[in-house]
Formats: sequence, C-alpha cells, structure tokens
Amino acid sequence: MTVNFSRSRALAVTAIAGTLALTACSAGSLRADAGGGSTAGAVSLTYLVDNADATVKLAAQVTKDFMAANPGITVKVDTRPGGTDGDNLIKTRLSTGDMSDVFLYNSGSLFQALKPETNLVPLTDQPWTSSLDTNFKTTVTSGGAVYGAPIGSFFAGAMLYNTKVYATLGLKVPTTWAEFMANNAKIKAAGITPVIQTYGDTWTSQLFVLGDFHNVAAAEPSFAADYTANKIKYATNPAALEGFQRLEQVFKAGYLNKNFASAKLNDGLKLLGDGTGAQYPMLTAVVQSLYDTDAATKQNIGVFPIPGNDAATNGLTVWAPNGVYIPKTTTGAKLDAAKKFVAFLASPAGCTSQTTGVTPTGPYAVKGCTLPTDVPQVVKDTVSYFDKKDGTSPALEFLSPVKGPSLEQITVEVGSGITSAAAGAARYDEDVKKQAQQLGLAGW
Amino acid sequence: MATTVRTPPLVRPTTAPRAARRRNPYPLWFLIPAAVIYTVLFLVPTFASFYYSLTRWSLFDQQFIGLDNYIQFFREPGLIGGLTNTLIYAVVTSGLKVVLGMALGMLLTSQIIGRGLLRSVVFFPVLVSTIGVGLTFTVLMNPDQGLINKTLALVGIQGPGWLTDPSLALLSVAFVDVWKGVGLATVIYIAGIVSIPHEYLEAAKVDGAGRMAVFRHVVLPLARPATVTVVILSLIGGLRSFDLIWAMTHGGPGFTSDVIASVIYKQYQAGFYGLSTAGNVILFVLVTAIILPLFYLLNRKEVEQ
Repeated sequence: MTVNFSRSRALAVTAIAGTLALTACSAGSLRADAGGGSTAGAVSLTYLVDNADATVKLAAQVTKDFMAANPGITVKVDTRPGGTDGDNLIKTRLSTGDMSDVFLYNSGSLFQALKPETNLVPLTDQPWTSSLDTNFKTTVTSGGAVYGAPIGSFFAGAMLYNTKVYATLGLKVPTTWAEFMANNAKIKAAGITPVIQTYGDTWTSQLFVLGDFHNVAAAEPSFAADYTANKIKYATNPAALEGFQRLEQVFKAGYLNKNFASAKLNDGLKLLGDGTGAQYPMLTAVVQSLYDTDAATKQNIGVFPIPGNDAATNGLTVWAPNGVYIPKTTTGAKLDAAKKFVAFLASPAGCTSQTTGVTPTGPYAVKGCTLPTDVPQVVKDTVSYFDKKDGTSPALEFLSPVKGPSLEQITVEVGSGITSAAAGAARYDEDVKKQAQQLGLAGW
Repeated sequence: MATTVRTPPLVRPTTAPRAARRRNPYPLWFLIPAAVIYTVLFLVPTFASFYYSLTRWSLFDQQFIGLDNYIQFFREPGLIGGLTNTLIYAVVTSGLKVVLGMALGMLLTSQIIGRGLLRSVVFFPVLVSTIGVGLTFTVLMNPDQGLINKTLALVGIQGPGWLTDPSLALLSVAFVDVWKGVGLATVIYIAGIVSIPHEYLEAAKVDGAGRMAVFRHVVLPLARPATVTVVILSLIGGLRSFDLIWAMTHGGPGFTSDVIASVIYKQYQAGFYGLSTAGNVILFVLVTAIILPLFYLLNRKEVEQ
C-alpha cells in the first residue's frame, strides 16, 4: 500500500512539474511573439544558414549590423546541417513551401538543382546586381535571371603549405607537377610528411581532382561545355584523368601521413599547422579554424595551385562565395525586408560587416569592396593569382551543373590504393550520368 | 494424461470461429479508425512509392520514365558489392548470434553465481541506442588513438585499422552488431531452454547421457523454435541493416562496406528520389524473397518433428 501510494504521489508530482514546464514554455514563446508584433510596422525575418562555425559567426555579425541600420526589421538566424543532409533539407522545405524568409545555399551546380525558376524570387531588377563580379553572377543565374547575392568571399581549392617547412628545407613553390614531386622527395627525406590526406572526412579527398580544374581548362578550354553536353569524359580525356592519376601517385610514392585513412579535417589542419606535415590539398576557407587555436599560422600557412604540367599556365582553381536567396513563399512586407537584407549583403557596407565577422578568404564578389591590409598569408597568396592575367579558373561545379554525388568515395578508393586511377575515373563518369539525367540535360 | 488434455481444445477451435462469425457483437465499422490510420500511414505511401519508383523525381516535379530507375539501379556499380556485403553481413551476424546466443543461454540457465546480474549485463547493450553504440565503437576502433589498439599495443601487437582497412571494415561492424544484438538472442534462448520440460532432462540422465549428449539430443532439438526465431529476426535485421554501418563507416572506406540500404540512402542523399525509391522496392522484394521461403522451410521442419 505505502509503496503504491508514494509511487502515485511521485507520478502526480512529475505530472504537475511537466505541466508547469509546458506552461512556462508556451508563456515564453507567446511573449516573444507579442514583442515582435507590438512595434508598428516591424517585420521579422528568419535567415537559414548552415551550421559551420564561420558561417554562423558571419551570419551573426551581418544580421547585427543590418538590424542596426534598419531599426524596423529583425533578422533571426536559424541553422541547418551542411553537406547532403542540408541539401535534402533545403529541397524538402522548398517543395513543401516551408522555407525560411531568406536562406544561404551554395552557388553553382547545387543552386541549379533547386529549380530557381519555380522556387526562388528573381532579383535581376535590383540595382546591386550590376555591381556583382561577373564570375559570381553566372553562378547564381538561371534562365537569364539573377537569384542570389554573395555572402563570404572567393576561396581556392589548392595546396595549403607550411611556409616554415619550405623555408627550413630551402624549397621553392612548385609550378609544375615534376617540381612538386621533387619537393615531396626532399620533404620526406627530412622526416616530414609531404602530403596530408584526411579520409576520415571523405569530402576532403576530392581536392586533387576538383582543384586540378584550372589545369584541365588550360589544356581543354571548352571542357566545361563539352562535359555538360556529354561529349568529353574524365576517363578518356588525358588532361582530366590526370587529377585521379596524381592522387594515385602521391599514395603510391608513400607521401601520405600514416593515419590518412582515419584522420579528419581538423587532424589534417593540426598536422599542417605544427609542421608535422608540409602540404595539404584543401579548400582555403577551412584554414580559418586554425587561426583561432594558433595565431602564428596566419603567417605560416600559404597556398599554391595544384601544379600542372606547364609552368606557363600555372593558376588557381577558385570557388565562388555562397549565395543568399529569397524563396517564392516570402511575400508582402517580408519580401520587401528580405530584399533590403540581400541588398545590404551585396553592398560595400555589407562587405565591411562581413570582414568584421570573419577574416575574408579572398576577394569579395561585389565591386567596390576592399580587403583589409593585414590579411593572412593564404589570402595574400590567393589574391596574387586573382591579380594575374588568366591566373584563376572557377571550379567545374560553377561552370557545369554536372557533378556526381559519389566523387568523394571514389577519390578515397583511388587515394588509398583500393582501385586504380583509371577505374576510379570511369566509375565517376558513370556516377555523373545519373545527375545529368536527373537534371534532364540534353545528350545523356 | 496427454490425450485427455488434448481433446477438448481440438474440438473447441472448430466450433468457436463459426459461432463468432455468426453472432459477432461488434459491428464492422469498429474497424474504420484502425483501417483509416493503416491506409493513410501505410498503404498510401507504399503504393505511392511504387509509382514514384517509376519516375524521375526531384521533389519539385516528376517525370514518368517507366522502368529506367530499375535498370539504372541494377547497373549501379556499387550494387553488386552492396548485395554481397549485405549477404555476408546478414549471414555472419545471424550465425554468430545463434552460436553465441545459444552458448550464453546455456550458461545463464545453469546454476552459476550472479546469474541475475549476468543476464542483465548480457542484455544491456540491446537497450543502448544503435547510433550511440556505433559512435562509441568508432572511437574505440580508431587505429591510432582507439582503446582497442592501444590495449593491443601494450602486449606488443600492432592492431589493424579496424574500420579503415577495406578487408576488415565490414566484419568490424558485424562484430559490433553481434555485441549489441546477442543479448536479445540470449533472452530468446533462455526462454526456449527454460520451457523444455524437466522430465526429458531427467529421463536422459537416467539413461546415462552426459552433458554433451543432453545438449545434442535434448536441448538443441527442443530449442528449435528459439533458433528459428533468432535466425529469422537477425537475418531480417542483417539484410536491412543500415544505422550501425552508417554511424561507423558511411559504407567506407570508399565503397567497401556498403550494403544495399546504404547504397539506397546515398541515392536519396544525392537527390535521386525516384532512383532511391526504386532501390527500396528492390530491397523489399529481396528481403521477402529470402525470408518467406526460409520461414516456411524452418517452420515445416518444426511441424514434422
């Protein structure tokens, strides 16, 4: 009896506590709603970004500065997962009409897969579109209309390197693949890991292929168009195949770090930062996270393009900034406010705000925006290729909507010797076919 | 004794249903709430998925393409590897679960110290979230910093890359699956062994049977229903296993530990919604094609006995 009694009392207490907690919750949210609606003419926007540290920091800073300049508008930042989970979330929310008022998403091929004509508000008539960098503009244009404003800055997919290791060993930045391999031999002889790879995060394995595109484009100027039209293949085009072959070569030569199969991105950055490893093919945007833990890396880490066969065409493969888009479900006062927010991002004031938020990774995509003078070495190196004539090419994903989803698994297999470069390239050609068919491209 | 007990139930079932059918006090529309829920949540999505598997579907629009998705899925380079891996995984996990579950079941029904505690310990992993187990073992199996290889290093063994060696990754995951699932198999076996009438064991002992003989000729055949249940459950589980593999290897390194479910999931992730739906239909047919005959086969033998 007593047991039963105390148990039922405990239940009652739990129930009451639960009810109280629920009431507390709803009261709180009600109050928040009332606050938002009470100011006359006030609009509140939701802004959906991915949950990477740098993106969230950047979003917090730009919304803060935007709200200071526009007192009637509040912008709330929501986060979503990155990668393919994020892709599906964006597509699902767009197709169910449940998208946030403004959202951040990749430009280029991933943007094209969102069916911009049916889902997004065209922004071509906005005055700021004329001040966009032309390279960026094409990556957020679909069917002749511009849909997005840039957030963040250009960055490169290239070889990050530890300048201290290079200085100690007396090495020169290589401009051809042969020089690169010669450097690797010397670095290995000095007991340092020449090339860092981190297949614990599979996406990091793709850089030898994706970052090689400047070399491919130099050899085959019409590659992107032919690739979209199914006229050229990775497996059969010698210039394109080289990306896979180089990945295979560094593995076969034993130039990789011992734990390449299980290491993750942060392990790789750590190896690079402390000089245990010399070079790391990577997107330069990620090096930011190293600056917080070790400020010296701002000077010690530089970047050079993945070298090709010809020193004369040496240049950087670059990634365009992400875009910020407005879905068609945003209407009325919210749409006006959203357009103001997007215009702010694409203005010099917006760039200044972004620079306050996070260190830029390269030039901004808006004319009239300048970089601060004290940027890290990686950014200095990146900008130097932008200043050179034909010094940069956009990555293939910004020129062609065709990108296969399994490239990262394929490059892991090639990069850890499970399959050959030729077999990997052939498998990738099969993989992109599905993407092309899904997009309904002609000729597939 | 036995015959007098058995006759009444034999008579009753033949009359009872007929009587029930004639004067069932509940009207048929009592079924409607359940039928509506079942139709909306199960039948409609199932048949919709059969339709969508015939389309190229981007969530925004769909285009009818007949059987192209099925053709594409069968041409998928990862499919053969995925199929083989699925079968290996299902057979290895259910085989080990039967053997280990039986052994633990025998142990935990015998008179040993701390039997209750040991039973809980064996069952405990079943209660833990699969993803949690997967992530924990990913850390434990890390080739350099993982506890397993560090322990091996203490005795001078250089442990392999459990999850990064292409030839080991799948088996490592299967091992974790067994670790997690053997508790359930053990419980089923305990129930099966406990329900064996004592008379048989005593009779065997009187006839001079040793421990091994008792196990071989009494426990093993009479625990057959338990074995059937364990095999069916773990085989189905193994064939559609996904969560543990995804948490531990994402099908990697490369494609070496991909199973059908992870191949399908990757298609979905890539936005090939029609193709992944077609893959699911194939998985459904495959699981049915393996389990149904197996179920009949195992059950028929049980009846013959």
